[in-house]
Amino acid sequence: MNAALQSRNPYLPEPYRLIRRYPLTDDVHFFQVRAVDMERALSLQYSPGQFMMVSIPGIGEAPFSISSTPSRPGLIEFGIRRVGRITDAIFKLKENHVIGVRGPYGSGFPIEKMKGQNLVIVMGGLGAMPLRSLLQYALDNRDQFGHLALMYGARTPGIMLFRKEFLSLTERDDLQCLLAVEKDDTGKWPCHTGLVTGLFKHLTELDPYQTTVVVCGPPVMYKFVVAEILKLNIPKHQILLSLERRMKCGVGKCGHCIIGGYIYTCLEGPVFSYWDVLHMKGLI
Amino acid sequence: MRVVKLKKNNLKGFLMCTGSWGELWAPIRQNDRYVLDKVKDFSQLDLTALRTTLPFKKFFFPPKFGMFHFNAQNYTNDFSGLPKRMLFGLHPCDIKALLIMDEFFAKEYKDPYYYERRNRSAIIGLSCIPDDKCFCNATNNETVTEGFDLFFTDLGDFFLVWVGSSLGDDLLRECPKLIDTKVGHEDLKRFIQWHKQRSCQFKMDIDLTGMPDIMELSHDSPVWEQEGKKCLSCGACTIVCPTCPCYNVLDEPQFGKIEGERIRRWDSCMFREYSMVAGGHNFREARSERLKLRFVHKLQAFVGKFGKPACTGCGRCIATCPVDIDIYTMVKHLQGEEVRT
Repeated sequence: MNAALQSRNPYLPEPYRLIRRYPLTDDVHFFQVRAVDMERALSLQYSPGQFMMVSIPGIGEAPFSISSTPSRPGLIEFGIRRVGRITDAIFKLKENHVIGVRGPYGSGFPIEKMKGQNLVIVMGGLGAMPLRSLLQYALDNRDQFGHLALMYGARTPGIMLFRKEFLSLTERDDLQCLLAVEKDDTGKWPCHTGLVTGLFKHLTELDPYQTTVVVCGPPVMYKFVVAEILKLNIPKHQILLSLERRMKCGVGKCGHCIIGGYIYTCLEGPVFSYWDVLHMKGLI
Repeated sequence: MRVVKLKKNNLKGFLMCTGSWGELWAPIRQNDRYVLDKVKDFSQLDLTALRTTLPFKKFFFPPKFGMFHFNAQNYTNDFSGLPKRMLFGLHPCDIKALLIMDEFFAKEYKDPYYYERRNRSAIIGLSCIPDDKCFCNATNNETVTEGFDLFFTDLGDFFLVWVGSSLGDDLLRECPKLIDTKVGHEDLKRFIQWHKQRSCQFKMDIDLTGMPDIMELSHDSPVWEQEGKKCLSCGACTIVCPTCPCYNVLDEPQFGKIEGERIRRWDSCMFREYSMVAGGHNFREARSERLKLRFVHKLQAFVGKFGKPACTGCGRCIATCPVDIDIYTMVKHLQGEEVRT
């Protein structure tokens, strides 16, 4: 972080313009924003897995995972589910509206450590948001990673986030794209049916010590997915999870995201390893 | 450290002389308790005042304050209206608490709201005689050597005045006639005698050594469930705790307008909503889980991070909790269980 940003009041949002929005599903919409100040927009540095605080004046502020990749600078993207007061207000915004955004915050994925390794990305539900950032980053820097796999399970094709985008990825030969739906209510689903855990049998056999597996999804998903990953003999510190917590500040002060007594998710997370989970207790 | 003497009957003169620096605030008796209030009359000063209901954190981190102004287009902050204050009567535990808060609010992202207030305050400490709820001897906070501008040790008819900062030195230079710069052997004897007398006043039998490991081994202890059943989730322990910094943030718009203030308000990890996320999932639904968070934070995790517990031994939680869940009783419960074989 540069000195000018450090000396600036870290709680004060910066103006960002809503460039584009469209629905991904009925209750999850896609929002593309850009810092009004062009220089700021182009110089903004972040890593996949980080989040930002979005402010709606008079309503409040909430954290959202960044789902765009820093390898495509300028625009920041969020996928937001309408679930409460602040997201209700965000859903009322029109393109060209100026809102307050601050960040990026959090540690993000340890990209430098992951480079040179195979990368398996397992997502469910809104876990697609931070992991899309990582996926696009890996695709944009494809030569820096070994085998690359995506596994995504949704209940039905209609609620699969980024469905078109991910379906088009199945045609790539440098990515093993495994998509599953529990129930195909359209009758036209071209990929797998069943649970995301059922996709592991299709995964190419990989050297476990040369593989990082990244998981993000609803809390209930972790238990079953991590069990599958452990069967592959992946070391526990090479299994990465991105966790959700309540956050009111993003800068390690307000306390709501604290886990294990003194780990501020907003500073040291939201990315943790499965070893951290076992070691620190209370993470998932 | 520079040490001088001030006759007790010169205290009023000293405070009047230095009063131009800022508003004087001190513990003032209100019925059966002490509250931190602006001093209007020097007769209100009570040199025997012990713990105040709310700790001194309220000056640097008020229970509720506006962080910045917002309208539909902009967010702007203004620190110009904050008053300069001279805070009098902080005991060693109060000063140690401020040192803990100073470190917390400076790390990673420096908090301008805390530091703008902190930098506008003079800290004048005052010695104390412990009561039956004090245990600063167990948290290694019996004395302080930093964190104050001036510290007054009450030796009967005079104070030993310890000068802790450049500002403290400047304050003394405002009134050279009231100060006696000669501290001699007789004064040292008086101080040693006072110190001995004070040390034997502690009545709490509590030992915090080994607590981090005991907490680790007590993760699944039935003590949490047992005490959780008693806890009222009222949050009083966190409100009176001098090292509890958690807060909530909310927007307060003016009626019918997109204009107003973003407010920061004390929050408590004892409250049910504390760890609840959008959509309703609660990471700490059970009271026992919330209790565990508080005590693991104070007595284990904080020690790992800062080398000392986030407890100063002030006794406020002991004096406040309506169902006696405090540092003392919890440590006793947890140690008792570990001792039992």
